[in-house]
Amino acid sequence: MTALADPPAAPPAPAPAAGPPGPGRRRRSGAGRTLKAGPLAYAVLILAVLVSAFPFYWTIVAASRTNADLAQVPPSLVPGPHLIRNFEAVLAEADIGKALLNSLIVSGSITVGTVLCCTLAGFAFAKLRFRGRGALLAITVGTMMIPPQLGVIPLFMLIAELQWVNQLQSVILPGLVSAFGVFFMRQYLVQSLPDELIEAARVDGASTARIFWSIVVPIARPGMAVLGLLTFMAAWNDFFWPIVALSSQEPTVQVALRQLGGGYVHDQSVIMAGTLLGTLPVLLVFGLLGRQIVGGIMQGAVKG
Amino acid sequence: MTLTAPAKAATAPRQPALRRAWQAVSPYTYVAPFFTLFAAFGLFPLIYTAYVSLHRVELQDPGSMEWRGLGNYTALLGDEFFWTALRNTFTIGLLSTVPQLVMALALAHLLNHRLRGRTFLRTAMLLPYATSVAAATLVFAQLFGRDFGLFNYVLGLVGVGPVDWQSGTLSSQIAVSTIVVWRWTGYNALIYLAGMQSIPSELYEAAEMDGASRWRQFFHVTLPGLRPTILFTVVVSTIGATQLFGEPLLFEGSMSGGISHQYQTLGLYMYEQGWGFFHLGRAAAIAWVMFLLILVLVGANALIARRRSRKEAGR
Repeated sequence: MTALADPPAAPPAPAPAAGPPGPGRRRRSGAGRTLKAGPLAYAVLILAVLVSAFPFYWTIVAASRTNADLAQVPPSLVPGPHLIRNFEAVLAEADIGKALLNSLIVSGSITVGTVLCCTLAGFAFAKLRFRGRGALLAITVGTMMIPPQLGVIPLFMLIAELQWVNQLQSVILPGLVSAFGVFFMRQYLVQSLPDELIEAARVDGASTARIFWSIVVPIARPGMAVLGLLTFMAAWNDFFWPIVALSSQEPTVQVALRQLGGGYVHDQSVIMAGTLLGTLPVLLVFGLLGRQIVGGIMQGAVKG
Repeated sequence: MTLTAPAKAATAPRQPALRRAWQAVSPYTYVAPFFTLFAAFGLFPLIYTAYVSLHRVELQDPGSMEWRGLGNYTALLGDEFFWTALRNTFTIGLLSTVPQLVMALALAHLLNHRLRGRTFLRTAMLLPYATSVAAATLVFAQLFGRDFGLFNYVLGLVGVGPVDWQSGTLSSQIAVSTIVVWRWTGYNALIYLAGMQSIPSELYEAAEMDGASRWRQFFHVTLPGLRPTILFTVVVSTIGATQLFGEPLLFEGSMSGGISHQYQTLGLYMYEQGWGFFHLGRAAAIAWVMFLLILVLVGANALIARRRSRKEAGR
């Protein structure tokens, strides 16, 4: 699926969605129906894990062999010795190095900007009273499910007008628009920020800006972290808009992968080496913070 | 909305007028950054698409627009490849969405048991979701290779002759759908799992007292309890399926979706018209058709869901 970095939200789970399920509560959650899994259940689940993981393993195998190895029957199923050589080839042929740097800049800027914009707006929608609040929130939520892909033509005309084609801001600025993020932060703050806290601060004479930075942000931090993770992954993997707005002169990783697959590199093992390099950063994030990402998706989940 | 706003603090009467005025305006400064970007890069392009679709606009000079009325739409309806793309979008949509959601439901049911290593299992199943469309497709394109692909080798071991995953209509569509299924099944399983965990345990206890078997409990407690979640995943997957683009583009690297357009989707057709043939106006018309298609499909889903739940209630 190739939505821009703007995933729609799952229906807010009626369950005790907020807060990590502690060990004591775990026994009661899962509908209390904690049947023990039998051997068959484990077998099916492990099979599913293997199917999920196999393409990654295969990428490593194919990226560490020569093209001739890959054309052998029977195919070799263990990694070979040519990984470094293939990395060098793809760095030289497809400029993956620049693509990685660009992707880091683009995804990093989108993440920081989105989290900031969405926390500000989410706070206002959750806790401030102003005219038109309901209507503005309705517009935000109402457009959440419309795929941004449908707007790419006027968007392209716009950035062509601004002379932004092939410049990173053409991907960064539209990437900051996350209706989902606003909704997510609003829900988070409605649940976790008590009104009494804000009232007390107001009685003490704190301005709204002061309240935002010294009360809201510290409380919102876990929600901001989850939103940041999901935004980073979505931005890193975004495909349609970057290949429209950028070219091989200023590629992100996905643009470079598209060129690799576009036929001018014929060496399959080099293509696989590029795929591996382009996927590693996001796998790294996933490996370190996978548990948080799983939690974020299950809490009120997301699709990218 | 049940939000209480503490804006009217006890100190109100003593405030100077300037400060009060600022308090009325200041909430807008919090939503302003988002809405400025949203208006420029989100809402405007979506709405303007309809206007562009009534004009001739070419990629070489996107600044000049020439009124064309419904010309782009009639041209579309007269193009056989539009109909091919529409048909392919439906068949690939079914081939990817149905197995994906059924398998996700089964996996979620298993994950809802008491398990060792549950965090590991959940995380591992979400791994494909973290992969980009481009990376996944390049790897699967390799695995689906006709002559040296691993899948054909394994099929050969069980006596099934080499399948041409690229040029056959059904086979290529199955291959493209496989990539979608691989990327999204685990994600949907976690969504279903979250839904299952919110079903009150009393319902299961009551069913158990009535002597309902595990199997009957799944069909009469779990599935009805999951209905809103299932509707959500069906809607999101349907929208995703109408937008399918990266997988067919990178499967062989061509914009036409195979030599005879056998797996070209509407998303890819739009891209080909706009950035392959330079007809941005025509591409905008396709985008608008896709939007209407989504509205119809989502509306149909909601209608079916409502009718079903009414039937249940009447029983």
